[in-house]
Amino acid sequence: MLRDTWVLFRHGVRATVRQKVGIVFGAVQPLLFLVLFGPIFTTFGTWETLVPGLIVQLGLLSMGLAGFGVVFEKRSGALERMRVTPASRLALLLGRVLNNAVTLVVQTVLLLAVAFALGLRAPAPGLAAGFVLVVVLGISLAALSYAIALTINEHLFAPVMSTAVVPLILLSGSFLPMSMAPGWLDAISHISPFRYVLEALRELFQGRYLTSTVGAGVVVTVVFAAVALTIGARVFDRENA
Amino acid sequence: MIKTTGLGKTFEGGVEAVQGVDITVESGEIVGFLGPNGAGKTTTMRMLTTLLRPTAGTATVAGRDLLGDAREVRRRIGYVSQSGGIPFGTPLKDELELQGMLYGLGRGPAVAKAAEVVAGLGLAGLDTRSGETLSGGQRRRFDMAFALLHDPVLLFLDEPTTGLDPQSRANLWDHIRTLRAEKGITVFLTTHYLDEADALCDRVLIIDHGRIVAEGAPAELKTGGRTLDDVFLDITGRSLREESELSGKGA
Repeated sequence: MLRDTWVLFRHGVRATVRQKVGIVFGAVQPLLFLVLFGPIFTTFGTWETLVPGLIVQLGLLSMGLAGFGVVFEKRSGALERMRVTPASRLALLLGRVLNNAVTLVVQTVLLLAVAFALGLRAPAPGLAAGFVLVVVLGISLAALSYAIALTINEHLFAPVMSTAVVPLILLSGSFLPMSMAPGWLDAISHISPFRYVLEALRELFQGRYLTSTVGAGVVVTVVFAAVALTIGARVFDRENA
Repeated sequence: MIKTTGLGKTFEGGVEAVQGVDITVESGEIVGFLGPNGAGKTTTMRMLTTLLRPTAGTATVAGRDLLGDAREVRRRIGYVSQSGGIPFGTPLKDELELQGMLYGLGRGPAVAKAAEVVAGLGLAGLDTRSGETLSGGQRRRFDMAFALLHDPVLLFLDEPTTGLDPQSRANLWDHIRTLRAEKGITVFLTTHYLDEADALCDRVLIIDHGRIVAEGAPAELKTGGRTLDDVFLDITGRSLREESELSGKGA
């Protein structure tokens, strides 16, 4: 399984590098928010509050739509060609999501570089811990995205996902902390796992590590990853003899 | 090489796509699997290639139990689906290398084997290109290349010549005959072209409404001066299946 995962991961990375412009385009929207909204936000907030929100936004946009890739593979028959090989079904998923995670890391580094130029000052341990959360979140989102792409009508994938991503971004508190929201909206936002991840990231970026908020974020991220990968693996394995 | 007993597939909602099919294919045979649209050809093919789990019956494919040893079945078979398997925008040599490695070959052997198979199919020099730059016939031969990288003993071809011009069809037939003659590969193929089945296959099976309704060598079936088209239409009827289904629903 590990070998098959590596083979697919390396193949995916090569394909991603060939389309490197796509990596930048995937990060354009959060970068625009950073450059055009950040200076306004920082008149009353801090970069350490805004940037984690933009990272979660990036994750949701970039990884949430990762399933597009498998839609094209399904349409061309390439996915079926791979499913008839003896390769592990789990590897068919993991190879892809790990490649997506690398893309997210590159995009996040790009976002952070610009954010540092604009004034972000986060401690190295906080950034490192934040990266781990972001990678796990990215893998989970990509796995879920693949599962959805392989389950629903392929023509519905784009409208469904782009519609679903917007409320998830807003309810996570990407742009403004949900503590500023009215009570009913704040209550609803607790349903979203991304709120917990984001609040943990904000703590980490402010150099606070051993807090209940960070703990909740870690637990939610791990549980979300377990659920998303299980669903993704089941969908990739579905209907095999 | 293939032995099924009572193989069946009932989809959710109760649609019985394949109903208790018994198939026997001997080693080295080229067998055509014919039937009207919706008869159960592709469902059967997908079950035999491990892509779809049967809901009834048993099957041995390439000497391995289909349900108990699916991974070993996959190691021994090659499969070309109706839609092919070539993604656009990727050099085919990269895809061939990946496919070879998914069959367990190391990187070097995968590259070498791909070059050998590609040359054997008359595609040398084209593997640096991506799928969208190739003709339909070239793409179909690349589909075959993907299925042959691991030297399968049994090759499944789902409508391999649909949409190809006569030259490309004849070329593909030649390659299929060569594979059997030189490597002893058993071939199980579906087709809507009955002249293709007549020219290429040692034996044909005709499936309709999920059941095998006729079986034999083309020459055995063509009694009374009939063509294989006549035999097929006599057995499966002349009504358009889509219209029949709509009438049935309407009734």
